[in-house]
Amino acid sequence: MLGEGILKGMAETARNFVGSYFSAERMTTVEYPEERIAPIEAARVFPFLVYDTENWEAGLRCVACQICEKECPPKCIFIEKSKDKKPDAIGKPQFYPTRFDIDISVCMSCQICVEVCPFEAIKMDNVFELATDDRFGGLLLDRKELAKSNEYYHGIHPTEAARVDARLAAEKVKADAKSTAAVVASAVKGAERPAPPAAGGV
Amino acid sequence: MTDTAFRREKMEEGWNRPPLIEEDGEAELLEVAMGPHHPSTHGVFRMDLALDGERVVRLKPVFGYLHRNHEKIAEGISYLASMPYTDRLDYICSLTNNWAYALAVEKLVGQQVPERAEYIRVILAEFTRIQNHASSIGFLIQEMGASGTPLMYAFREREKILDLFEELTGSRMMCNYMRFGGCRVDTSAAWLDAARKVVDGLPGFVDEFENLLSTNEILMARCQRVGILRPELAVNAGITGPMLRASGVNYDIRKVDHYGIYDRFKFRVPLGDHGDIYDRYMVRILEMRESITILNQALRDIPGGPIMDAKAKIRGFRPKPGEAYGRIEAPKGELGFYLISDGGPNPYRYRVRPPSLINLTVLEDMCLGSNVADVVLIFGSVDIVLGEVDR
Repeated sequence: MLGEGILKGMAETARNFVGSYFSAERMTTVEYPEERIAPIEAARVFPFLVYDTENWEAGLRCVACQICEKECPPKCIFIEKSKDKKPDAIGKPQFYPTRFDIDISVCMSCQICVEVCPFEAIKMDNVFELATDDRFGGLLLDRKELAKSNEYYHGIHPTEAARVDARLAAEKVKADAKSTAAVVASAVKGAERPAPPAAGGV
Repeated sequence: MTDTAFRREKMEEGWNRPPLIEEDGEAELLEVAMGPHHPSTHGVFRMDLALDGERVVRLKPVFGYLHRNHEKIAEGISYLASMPYTDRLDYICSLTNNWAYALAVEKLVGQQVPERAEYIRVILAEFTRIQNHASSIGFLIQEMGASGTPLMYAFREREKILDLFEELTGSRMMCNYMRFGGCRVDTSAAWLDAARKVVDGLPGFVDEFENLLSTNEILMARCQRVGILRPELAVNAGITGPMLRASGVNYDIRKVDHYGIYDRFKFRVPLGDHGDIYDRYMVRILEMRESITILNQALRDIPGGPIMDAKAKIRGFRPKPGEAYGRIEAPKGELGFYLISDGGPNPYRYRVRPPSLINLTVLEDMCLGSNVADVVLIFGSVDIVLGEVDR
């Protein structure tokens, strides 16, 4: 019969229409911004820098190795490395970034900086409501705007942050054992003959 | 058959009156520039049409509005850094783009991929195929004038699949998930359960879609015997994917190459008979059904183990000098990446074989002699994404 297919299709739409009054699963839209979906843990928007201690400047994990700057596909990261070394959160002397800018108008949220960072210093944020009327200065974030505490990181990516903390703690234990061993070795060596200046602890 | 002879025959097909083109008679033709801001062009694409009344006499595709230097950029950055750019080729199916590129690099360096990662890749690629076909049919029907309903049904289902992608990869469309020698993050048991739940709902969705469309008289009247692509022309022009199979040529790279682990799954390759728009529609519907069977098998058999090869390198990745071509059956056709390495950290040459662009080359042959309204449909049935055409 001509028109049978059309009627069949209409029955299908009618079923969907009526079904939307009874089944919550058929209501697929959320009325943003009044209603929001809880953010997904894996969500990634733009990077931020993690710091450990109270002071954001002293506690930055970044040691300005510039690997992320080199690997960044659209080249949106600008780093200036310090001339001097400063003790980091564990007390080891390290370089630090005197300037760390991310141009989030260029950033494409690919997470490669996070993957290549050997120091777990840069992570992905999940804040997405970043609209601004200043499209140049307002979208160029400097290191103060980028710095977020480790607690904040735990808040947005709990499982990932716990894994990172465990790894860093294990590395610290290993480094401590190594430096004690180096101190002991140099002490033993020093007992035999005058020690060369500062061999261990790097 | 020569090109002009073919054209003449095409033009004479279905004409009830002698053609109005005189020897010098270009004046009788109306030239229309469709696009680049035409809603049916899926982006920015222009068709320069020469019309005789309602009939298409000439069609010149003009593209490149979205050219963003993808291949040249890739020559200046590291191998890994090209991965997020591949997401932006065919932005509907970023995961299959990732896979094709990862496959090419793995071929270049002789990298093995762990079992579990292969299964995850298959699962994600088949999900991608389903959501691509669903939305491409939705767009096709939308261009027919059924504004909204089938497209919204397709998007409702696509949303569930994108939610899965987001939970796993962190992004809905720009997934940037696969790596040379595996995948970036592992799937949790909860994710696999959620995926199984989505797969269980998919056959119902395809049934619904078919009830809605397959026997619809308007759809059949508009689609059958329109935009016919002959198998000889399809093969000669290098057409791949659902378009080629709709013309009745049995060629599926999943069956031909058995890349990844596709030889372990039981699935059939749907073939069309006439090569018209309706066959392309039907082949896509049937491919969705076959993808569901692959997904069921993969989700049942997925083993444990690592997702990244232990020998894979993230930093300091420098392949030995050589070249490689990796290709997969992307939802739109054969997607290939050709790489030449000179031993440095960047590829010496990086070339994409985009299925959308090559499938578009027969557009004129399919459109000649048909109405302007059919051109929109024929164009929609090719299923292109301009991000991939222009690169």
